Amino acid sequence: MHAIYEIISGPMVWLAFGIFILGSLYRLFSMGRLALKKDAVVFSYMSIYYALRSIVHWIVPFASVNMRKHPVMTLVAFVFHICLFVVPIFLFAHIIMIHEAWQINWVYIPNLAADVMTLAVIGACIFFFCRRLILPEVRYLTTYSDFLILAGVAAPFITGFWSFHQYPGHVAAGILHILSGEIILVMIPFTRLSHMLFFPFTRGYAGSEFGGVRNAKDW
Amino acid sequence: MKAPAEKSFEEKKKIHDKGIEEGAAQLTQEKVHQVVQQMLSAEGGARLKAYIETCSHCGLCSEACHYYLSNDNNPIYSPAGKVKQTIGEIVKKKGKVSVDFIKEACEISFTECNLCRRCVMYCPFGIDVAYMMLFMRRICHKLGVVPQYIQDTAHSHSATLNQMWVKEDEWIDTLQWQEEEAQDEFPDLRIPIEKEGADIFYSVIGPEPKFRAQLIYQMAVIMYASGADWTMPATPGWDNSDMCMYTGDVEMVARLKKVHFETAMRLKNKRIVMGECGHAFRSVHDVGNRFLGWKMAPLPVVHAIEFYYELLRDRKIRIKNKLSQPVTFHDPCNIVRGRGLHEMGRYVINETCKTFIEMHPNREHNFCCAAGGGVINCGPPFRNKRVTGNRVKADQLAEAKKKGAEIVIAPCHNCHGGLEDIIKHYELGMELKFLGDILYEVMEK
Ligand code: SF4
Ligand code: SF4
Ligand code: SF4
Repeated sequence: MHAIYEIISGPMVWLAFGIFILGSLYRLFSMGRLALKKDAVVFSYMSIYYALRSIVHWIVPFASVNMRKHPVMTLVAFVFHICLFVVPIFLFAHIIMIHEAWQINWVYIPNLAADVMTLAVIGACIFFFCRRLILPEVRYLTTYSDFLILAGVAAPFITGFWSFHQYPGHVAAGILHILSGEIILVMIPFTRLSHMLFFPFTRGYAGSEFGGVRNAKDW
Repeated sequence: MKAPAEKSFEEKKKIHDKGIEEGAAQLTQEKVHQVVQQMLSAEGGARLKAYIETCSHCGLCSEACHYYLSNDNNPIYSPAGKVKQTIGEIVKKKGKVSVDFIKEACEISFTECNLCRRCVMYCPFGIDVAYMMLFMRRICHKLGVVPQYIQDTAHSHSATLNQMWVKEDEWIDTLQWQEEEAQDEFPDLRIPIEKEGADIFYSVIGPEPKFRAQLIYQMAVIMYASGADWTMPATPGWDNSDMCMYTGDVEMVARLKKVHFETAMRLKNKRIVMGECGHAFRSVHDVGNRFLGWKMAPLPVVHAIEFYYELLRDRKIRIKNKLSQPVTFHDPCNIVRGRGLHEMGRYVINETCKTFIEMHPNREHNFCCAAGGGVINCGPPFRNKRVTGNRVKADQLAEAKKKGAEIVIAPCHNCHGGLEDIIKHYELGMELKFLGDILYEVMEK
């Protein structure tokens, strides 16, 4: 057990972050190059002002018509995405480890808050899961990979909660936690999770065409 | 995964179209693979890739689409659902799809999407489903599988540089005939042909001289009354319409727009004013210029709504008596989501009509008429699907009628065709007019 722990909490962390960062850069650069080659218009029409105008309307809760039409989905989606980033970055236990390794640290959130947020992420995953099964328009679009991705996102949170609260089997849960965290990092650039990387560009481009060429709003 | 809706997808009534059937009969599986793969590698760029990969299958775009709403929320008509059945599958299978698949994808992309771009405003990622449907259509075009009626129109564009096989002498005759008619009312009215250096190059769509010559008459009177310095060309290039934009024939798009722009520039006119057409405006303002390698049109392009707005704002036209019947306004996608002219449209209406009743949703969030994007041009075989596919528009109109609206104003030729069918089918008993009809009726002449 210890040997496994050594590997996944040592070299594999480096590997996972390496693949995540380099993979993301690669995806962005290669997409940019492809755009340069085949969709040069994208660069002509892209406008920082209109791109930001659109992005702001889509990252502020309820700032677009469609968000107001689906209040529950909007609420869950925002809570989910915010917690998804806040918990791993500002978790006390994570910061401690980084502090031990490099003597740097930053603000952390109280454990109780982290617990609530973790449960929120898990709850949101269950919500998305049910949505995929129940709503016909979502079900029709859903593929097995969508469920895998959902499971991939939920796993580090479930196992993290498990190991933090020292439930039976928490040692194994701890190992699974690190492992699933690494897997999700590696998945980001190469699956639909890459929407995290491309969102500013697809949204920004829609905003640029709507604003710059068509003199219209897109929210 | 097998969703219940896929059952209805299989059961969907097959529509027989000669262009699709005969085009497909020429194809083999190998030919399909070869052409599709070639298209993917030559033109399937970053936009297509990013859109397909970014779509998180959330279904939030569904309610944007009138086809989805009008077909009892059947997911096969949702924007992302249509992508899944067409270009999405092609990308997934790397082009290895069957001839039957192409037939199905052709019908979906040509007749179940108006390229109205409403869904772009509902997708959190701003994924442009219209762009992907156009990509699908372009593949169909390359394969020679295109609905017959719209292909015929595209052929007319290639052969005559106008949409309706209007010959050059017929065109000039029509202008002179309308001039003579108008001179009965205003003896010194002219329709100036080939006037070099005129401020305004006025262009129309092919169907105007063919079926609606009175619109040229009306515009001539508006120009006359406002003292405009205008002209129309005697040569091809007078037609600003563009069905090739909707069949995926981008080479022809470039040719058509080039002739149109060059004709205006040959006459050294200062700007192009266009009649009340949405798709033509899209092709001149937003599409044709791209295929010619220009970011924007080489000279200012003004849609009729904006032109009327200027005339009324500057008091170049005066109103005798405002129209007394209550009116409602259909926002055409191509000049509202395509140019933001909705407020100017309302200004013109308020200047010319006593009572204006809004439809909801409106402005950028309007529902398309379901005729646009070349769908009405795919002809009678698809008429029923188009009309039943836009029940929500009928509901909107009925709602406005309940509030008293008697006239529907639609400043777009395609919308006219689409709304006419809807009004008839749903027995709404409303009258349909262009903005120019109203302006002509109420102005001081
Ligand atoms: S018809 Fe309009 S809303 Fe529907 S899929 Fe096409 S572009 Fe989107
Ligand atoms: S809303 Fe956008 S991301 Fe969601 S299914 Fe539709 S196209 Fe895909
Ligand atoms: S025909 Fe009219 S409503 Fe329909 S797409 Fe064109 S502009 Fe829109």
